[in-house]
Amino acid sequence: MSLLAAILAGMFLAAGAIFVLIGSFGLWRLPDFYTRLHAAGITDTLGLSLMLVGMMFLGGWTLVTVKLVFIMLLILLTSPTATHAVANAAYTVGLRPFGVPPEDLAEKDR
Amino acid sequence: MMLAAATVGLLVAMLIVLARAIAGPSLYDRVLAVNSFGTKIVLLLAAMGFLSGRPDFLDIALLYALINFIGTLAVLKFFRYRHLGVASPSDGKAETTR
Repeated sequence: MSLLAAILAGMFLAAGAIFVLIGSFGLWRLPDFYTRLHAAGITDTLGLSLMLVGMMFLGGWTLVTVKLVFIMLLILLTSPTATHAVANAAYTVGLRPFGVPPEDLAEKDR
Repeated sequence: MMLAAATVGLLVAMLIVLARAIAGPSLYDRVLAVNSFGTKIVLLLAAMGFLSGRPDFLDIALLYALINFIGTLAVLKFFRYRHLGVASPSDGKAETTR
């Protein structure tokens, strides 16, 4: 059982690290701000959840797992809120998506 | 051992995000990169706690996640209103009508 938990923890940690790397690479390579939001979302949801679940397998049924669950719930609640706030602030100031022709934007935003 | 490999991957990802935070053309790219960097710091704190055999580091990670969120909103509010106090009626002009 302990060996099974260790193997599962390794698989979840590796998958999470790969998703975190993909998200960071997208944050560096994508062309404009709104596409980079998409890449940051990969890190905050899938990468973080998989890595924390892997650590839960390492922690076992202890208080450590409870703390990991709280960290995961907190970030899954606050990360979309922060992303929405950043996107809303950028759009209000006047940043527009890259490559969208003006006739495709809303009337008052051109 | 897999934990150490995941930590190394996390450090590489943090370097890439730090480069975006420095190079980001607009303020909002930088805020987004710093927010993402904070999420990775939370993960790194948890992983370092497991690596050193002291999972008490998770309390610090929980606190860092809270401060990261509040800090992002504070930076956004400061750069929109240029102060952190209560918004005065003249500040409302910058808002959209929706």
